Amino acid sequence: MEDEAQATFSSGSGSEFTEYWIDWFLGVRGNEYFCDIDIEYVKDRFNLTGLNQHVDRLSYLIDVITDAHSIDESQPEAVKLRIEENAKYLYSLIHARYILTPRGLVKMSEKFKSGDFGYCQRQYCKLQALLPVGISDVPKVYPVKLYCPSCQDLYNPKSSRHHSIDGAFFGTSFPAMFLQAYPELVPTHSTQIYIPKVFGFQLHEHAKLTRWRVHQRDKYVKNLLENNVNLSGPGGYVEDTDEKPTGKR
Amino acid sequence: MSNMAETINSDSSEELDTWISQYCSMFGRDWFVEVDPEFIEDDFNLTGLNSSVPFFREALDTILDLEPETPIRQQNLPLVEHAAELLYGLIHARYILTKQGLQAMAEKYEQKQFGVCSRFYCEGMHLIPVGRYDQAGIETVRLYCPRCCDIYVPTSSRYLNIDGAFFGTSFAGVFVKMYPEIEEQCQQSRNRVYELKLYGFKISPLAPSGPRMAWLRSTPQTVEEIAEYDACEFELPHDEEVDVEIYDDDDDDDEEDEVQVSRAIKVTPKPESKRADDASDSMKSIVKE
Repeated sequence: MEDEAQATFSSGSGSEFTEYWIDWFLGVRGNEYFCDIDIEYVKDRFNLTGLNQHVDRLSYLIDVITDAHSIDESQPEAVKLRIEENAKYLYSLIHARYILTPRGLVKMSEKFKSGDFGYCQRQYCKLQALLPVGISDVPKVYPVKLYCPSCQDLYNPKSSRHHSIDGAFFGTSFPAMFLQAYPELVPTHSTQIYIPKVFGFQLHEHAKLTRWRVHQRDKYVKNLLENNVNLSGPGGYVEDTDEKPTGKR
Repeated sequence: MSNMAETINSDSSEELDTWISQYCSMFGRDWFVEVDPEFIEDDFNLTGLNSSVPFFREALDTILDLEPETPIRQQNLPLVEHAAELLYGLIHARYILTKQGLQAMAEKYEQKQFGVCSRFYCEGMHLIPVGRYDQAGIETVRLYCPRCCDIYVPTSSRYLNIDGAFFGTSFAGVFVKMYPEIEEQCQQSRNRVYELKLYGFKISPLAPSGPRMAWLRSTPQTVEEIAEYDACEFELPHDEEVDVEIYDDDDDDDEEDEVQVSRAIKVTPKPESKRADDASDSMKSIVKE
């Protein structure tokens, strides 16, 4: 059935050769963060509960995404464009739900491992791979941000083409769910802190704040050890020896 | 960036394109400021550099566009050119700590030439280049964000071959001290920490993905925390028995030994009244903010 659909589908992308709609969508520049959703997931209306308030003609758009229907070429350009935009929007909203399912998590873990979301630029994170996250689950509020599991902080995407992706297409819960599902992928955390120095002397207020922060960590770690948490595995702390690397530039 | 290079070129007369302006306008060299030739001509400013730069005399002549006293042999030319770049970088690290150097760098900082911090809560804070080592050839340049007080690897690969020693370890510290308004601007907005949530619920502190790095970005907020912060004035507080070994490897390094010794020896808590004063002082400063 899908083959048939593929044959009849002359894409809305404007490309000459026939292609699955999802494949076309994922190939668009700037959509590198998205993973492909199983057609079965899209077709199950239970998974789309409540999405009809975001888009009109839900069933038609599902058909477009799953290649069951092609966009009628006889329509004016503006209408075709709107349908296509809505299809992308719907796909992205389904994406936020799909990546929290076990199969979605598997696909995202592949992308995480291959560094599709970029790497943390922080010196002490040692190019830790990032995870996409939204700040709001409501669409059109915040663009997508990247979560570093090593320093547990939030970063803007490096490339400007990702600045326009909506954060709600990934959802606020994704990194937490991902790290719950794959605790072995939780990286160790570096305890190194940068303190600005002048001629070798640390700036006092920075050193003081750092001492306070180290104190907070000590208290936290004490609590963990009292609760018999194993800190030698994933999620533990590593002390980086700040020795001068020889010959490394 | 290219505009910048052009203006530099047009400033110095066009027929006389000095080595310095040529070097600074090269691709990927736009972080460098032009060092005043007078600064280089003063031997005092070059103290100690002749031992760390090969072909010192020839390199210096190249930078200052002087004819070498003895002609450089053809096979040594690339070496001298390389030495000149090294020497210029090391002089640059010293120059940007002077008043004129700081001013030139401040202009670049204002224009976001060094980029902005990619951390979300830093809200596009301008970055400051800094090295982690003062010796050349160890590590490339890093970027310091005055808001999160952290250092980052440059995002653009064109800066990944600039030596950190060409900016030096002291630059960021001197810069924020020379322009205290940067720190003042940052202090008001340092208290935001991202916390991961799952369907709106916080992650347990005991879970592997729990808030293990929350300490890294936190700042003292409550009265108790501020009192604790003041106790950190000169050393880690030792009133509680926070004596933990967080690394699983057994070989402690010297630093940690020292800390533990100091914790063990000095168990004289501050008088209560003193601490209350501290707390009220810091409360006042908060009210001011």
